[in-house]
Amino acid sequence: MSVLAVRDLAKAFGGVQAVRDISFAVDSGELLALIGPNGAGKTTCFNMLNGQLRPDHGSVTLDGREITGLKPRAVWRLGVGRTFQITATFGSMTVRENVQIALISHHRRAFSFWPRARDLYGAEADALLARVGMAEQADRPAAVLAYGDLKRLELAVALANAPRLLLMDEPTAGMAPKERVELMALVAGIVRAEGIAVLFTEHDMDVVFAHADRIIVLNRGELIADGKPDAVRADPRVQQVYLGGGSTFGHAG
Amino acid sequence: MTLADITIQLLNGLAGASSLFLVAAGLSLIFGVTRIVNFAHGSLFMLGVYIAYSLTDQFGRGSPLAFWSCVLAAGVAVGVIGFVVEILLLRRIYQAPELFQLLATFGLVLVIKDVVLKLWGPEDLLGPRAPGLRGAVQVMGKSFPEYDLVLIAVGPIMLGLIWLVLNRTRWGVLVRAATQDRDMVGALGVNQAWLFTGVFALGSFLAGLGGALQVPREPAQLFLDITVISDAFVVVVVGGLGSIPGAFLAALLIGVIKAFCIGIGDVQAFGTTFSFSKFTLVVEFVVMAIVLVIRPWGLLGKPAGEPRHTAATEAPLKPLPGWLVLGFAGLGAALLVLPVFTQSYLLILLIDVFVFALFAASLHFLMGPAGMVSFGHAAYLGIGAYAAALMVLRAGIPMEATLALGPLAAALGALLFGWFVVRLSGVYLAMLTLAFAQIVWSIAFQWDGFTGGSNGLIGIWPPAWAAEKEAFYHLSLVLCAAGLLALRHIIFAPFGAILRAGRDSPLRADAIGIDLRRHQWFAFTLVGAFAGLAGVLHVFSKGSISPETLGIARSVDGLVMVLLGGVQTLTGPVVGAGVFIFLQDEIARRVEFWRAILGLVIIVLVLAFPQGIVGFLRGRFMRAAA
Amino acid sequence: MKSITKAIMLALAGAVFAAPVAAQIKVGELNSYKNFPAFLEPYKKGWELALEEANAAGGVLGQKIEVVSRDDGGNPGDAVRVAEELLTREKVSLLMGTFPSHVGLAVSNLANQRKVLFVAAEPLTDKIVWDNGNKYTFRLRASTYMQTAMLIDGAVKSGKKRWAIVYPNYEYGQAATAAFKKLLAARVPGVEFVVEQAPPLGKIEAGAVADAIAQAKPDAIFSSLFGPDLAKFVREGNTRGLFKGMTVLNLLAGEPEYLDPLKDETPEGWIVTGYPWAEIQTAEHKAFLAAYQKKYNDYPRLGSIVGYATVQTVVAALKKAGSTDTEKLVAAMKGLEHMTPFGKITYRAIDHQSTMGAYVGKLALKDGKGVMVDWTFADGKDYLPPDSEVMKLRPKE
Repeated sequence: MSVLAVRDLAKAFGGVQAVRDISFAVDSGELLALIGPNGAGKTTCFNMLNGQLRPDHGSVTLDGREITGLKPRAVWRLGVGRTFQITATFGSMTVRENVQIALISHHRRAFSFWPRARDLYGAEADALLARVGMAEQADRPAAVLAYGDLKRLELAVALANAPRLLLMDEPTAGMAPKERVELMALVAGIVRAEGIAVLFTEHDMDVVFAHADRIIVLNRGELIADGKPDAVRADPRVQQVYLGGGSTFGHAG
Repeated sequence: MTLADITIQLLNGLAGASSLFLVAAGLSLIFGVTRIVNFAHGSLFMLGVYIAYSLTDQFGRGSPLAFWSCVLAAGVAVGVIGFVVEILLLRRIYQAPELFQLLATFGLVLVIKDVVLKLWGPEDLLGPRAPGLRGAVQVMGKSFPEYDLVLIAVGPIMLGLIWLVLNRTRWGVLVRAATQDRDMVGALGVNQAWLFTGVFALGSFLAGLGGALQVPREPAQLFLDITVISDAFVVVVVGGLGSIPGAFLAALLIGVIKAFCIGIGDVQAFGTTFSFSKFTLVVEFVVMAIVLVIRPWGLLGKPAGEPRHTAATEAPLKPLPGWLVLGFAGLGAALLVLPVFTQSYLLILLIDVFVFALFAASLHFLMGPAGMVSFGHAAYLGIGAYAAALMVLRAGIPMEATLALGPLAAALGALLFGWFVVRLSGVYLAMLTLAFAQIVWSIAFQWDGFTGGSNGLIGIWPPAWAAEKEAFYHLSLVLCAAGLLALRHIIFAPFGAILRAGRDSPLRADAIGIDLRRHQWFAFTLVGAFAGLAGVLHVFSKGSISPETLGIARSVDGLVMVLLGGVQTLTGPVVGAGVFIFLQDEIARRVEFWRAILGLVIIVLVLAFPQGIVGFLRGRFMRAAA
Repeated sequence: MKSITKAIMLALAGAVFAAPVAAQIKVGELNSYKNFPAFLEPYKKGWELALEEANAAGGVLGQKIEVVSRDDGGNPGDAVRVAEELLTREKVSLLMGTFPSHVGLAVSNLANQRKVLFVAAEPLTDKIVWDNGNKYTFRLRASTYMQTAMLIDGAVKSGKKRWAIVYPNYEYGQAATAAFKKLLAARVPGVEFVVEQAPPLGKIEAGAVADAIAQAKPDAIFSSLFGPDLAKFVREGNTRGLFKGMTVLNLLAGEPEYLDPLKDETPEGWIVTGYPWAEIQTAEHKAFLAAYQKKYNDYPRLGSIVGYATVQTVVAALKKAGSTDTEKLVAAMKGLEHMTPFGKITYRAIDHQSTMGAYVGKLALKDGKGVMVDWTFADGKDYLPPDSEVMKLRPKE
């Protein structure tokens, strides 16, 4: 069974149909890329999956369980981790504390008043940091990290509740090319090892074609392609959208 | 009210709105571009009134031209004062943590007030009427002052002029761009420093002009600064920060509502009389509360984006190093045995310090870890104090019980108001706390039969065992220290850590399953209880309580203490409270113009320690130790 | 942190141990000098003059008097601390001063707790001697009730029946209004109070208030406005023709502090309480006026009288008690009589209120300035409720 299944999802803003009746699924251990030109509806689609937007109709299920219209917090509790296009971390805390916060929330200790936060789940946090290669930076303040390291930290935070699904919005935006490859290799390694499903949006087609197991393409709210990278690359409608739209495959956005 | 009555009250409201609009427009511009919460804006207005008084009294009685030249000159003079203030003072502290500039402008308020007193003397100064506009015109059979008609026109005219400057000049475009995103303007290679100076001067000019225009309507007097500043803030926030048309609309709205409250007067309903005339005491704050609850960004404001951090992010919190723990323990022990060695005034002063340290620390918990600045924190100090006083006087409940019940009452108040407050952010949030505080204040002020009205309540003394100063000193020390330690502990506990996390990134907090609003609501309530405890101790140490304990001035005192000590430190509020109370006590005793000296000392501290006193010390000593 | 604390401790210690010891009688004085300078600067000059005269005459009990004066910050919390400082550090024998009612009450409350004499100079609130009166507090100035009562004759004589009332919305204004309505209704059957306006202190929207009053078509106004509120109300009312043919009574408006700023706007014919300093011909006032003008080269305000008389009270009390012992001083204060520039006053044993009077007259314009004309002196003792009523108002000691 698919980890994430989307059926007939739709959303309109005023008269504009941002997403039209799209359906797709992501399997365990699979990296699915969601691509499309600007304004294609990627962000709208993403926000309906993570709970920030309520769809007009359609359904989203996680491991067969309906999560449509749940709040982001509830969606997270059910096992959906997120990373953001512009990293969102807790700048006044150390790297380890960032992960500890996520663990505290995961273990439902957020309203705890007695122990010190820094004494909770330290070992678990260190293990997560080790998995993303951040163990050595555990005691540094998040505010001083290099951008690539922030992305890794976000990944560690997103993994803190042992998610079934990772939603990654532009995971490599703002990074140097070499870092991009390293980060996606790291993600791919982790998700395959643990059987996590990943849905990510991405502008960098090199990253997409190098790491995605499968690609879906959105254009004007419609799903126009869904398949293996080679098949999508060869799809005439996709080529029309990208080439005909004036942008080239390699440097879209 | 007849149609003529309604018309005339409408005109009254419009006339009253004009100069308020000018002041608010200046405040809004300054905040929009520089992010300075300018407490001294009312003082600039007051300077405008005084300068215009002197000019018109001397030169402006003859012709309309002479009069209006004097008015304009007064505005320009205040603009120049603003220019100088920006260059000498504010420019040096833009990099300080958010809101720190507020402290500098608070110092200015104190200095300007005493300077005005020195230069113009203590008596109210009623200026001349405007030449050519001394009389009244007949409006629907009623006399209406000619000058007020002119004022009604001045509002829209100035709105138009400001609009032209902002939309038709390159400088204006930059100002608008900076209001949207000041980092970007810096990136465009614009000299930000001079842009800020220019905006501050323009804002000051508008405040001065607003003041000058009032000269034919009201005397120059020393309370104008505080009278105007709160109204101006209300107008800016109701209109929407940074929106000049919003400020205009809000000024008209509030002016007209006030005039109608006066016009309606007493209304009999349900067997009681409701006095709309008395309601003018608080009406603008009620309007603000309603507007903010319905429209969290004011009437014409836009939702603010995620605020970018202008100052350096706080360093991660660490438990104190051992030598400092020992140091504090030693200090605590020293304070415990102090009564053996000293006479009682030091104890009395220290009781005030303890109480306000707890109050300031509770405010700091909101401002720092929880990321919610409150301009109305005295409300919870006051609710705690009033609750204790009323329990003692009206129900004979002993002090020991009020030490628990007073904080509970304050927490309940905070629970109620907090539900609305946590739905906002930034200055809107701060102003909503102010609105609620003013509403509580007005209830205490007005409800004679229960709260003692403006006189307050007296005869609230501790029971025999705590009546001696020494005993009460120990009680205060133990309870305040326990409160401080508890607050500090909570900041490190998961609850506090989650609050800090949510302050750093609400987006991320939400994405890891945290209901930040619920956390903030609970924090607001919790902190209310601690402020309430400070309030209970306060009332028993003074034996009396009056509405001032709930007032804006007390809330500002709290802000000053927190900022003085350093908002990004945990011991800062305690040190800030100690320094502030000590300074005030010492200076007020020693010099006649103590307000100016206190203001100057604060300004010097601001310039010397832009991270606050403790922030400075930590930078000095802790980094070396780490 | 530690170094700051140390600095504070050292400075405090210095202040504590440096307190001078002298063979003088120390009197603690506190007032809201920075909040109400218009009234209190002349007040300070007044008590400084009286102090100088008393000491020049040899002081009392063979000792000079020293007044230790403090700013009380204008709020009860700070005022109580300042009073405690005067008591514990300066070791003053008694307290005097205060201006706003709530500060006066808070200090009176403290005086009762600490068992020390407090001569409340100016707070007008009736409560300080009645509802909240206590053994240790005595008040000099004619109270809200007394000053209101002084105007009632004028109200009755005017024959007007439809009254508008305007007052600053706090205890003073409220109490004046309540007293006025009660006293007038008792003497004029069928009197109507057609409108009440209670603007916030210092924030009157004078145009709107004037129009709202006109709207109710009264034929007389009772006002307890003062300061900037009064000036604004007068100017707007003048422009809008509110006062034409209207009888207007205004508490305090004849006091130079509030009358002088009105200059050529002074509304003629208003019946007011006040202080026509230039025209009072009694010997005691002439002596005071000469000394005051000689020392300060300025004319006295009502505040000057209050300050002067407060020190006179203190001197008289010390003389009569023959000691600085509080219980003896309190005993001496009861029924204490002494001269002031306003004539002889007595501190009533029954409620600790002095019988100091005030001048009642009409406002007029003279050379572009406001003056009081047709004035008479209203002796305070004639404007207090009967003793039986006072007994009910005041708690038993």
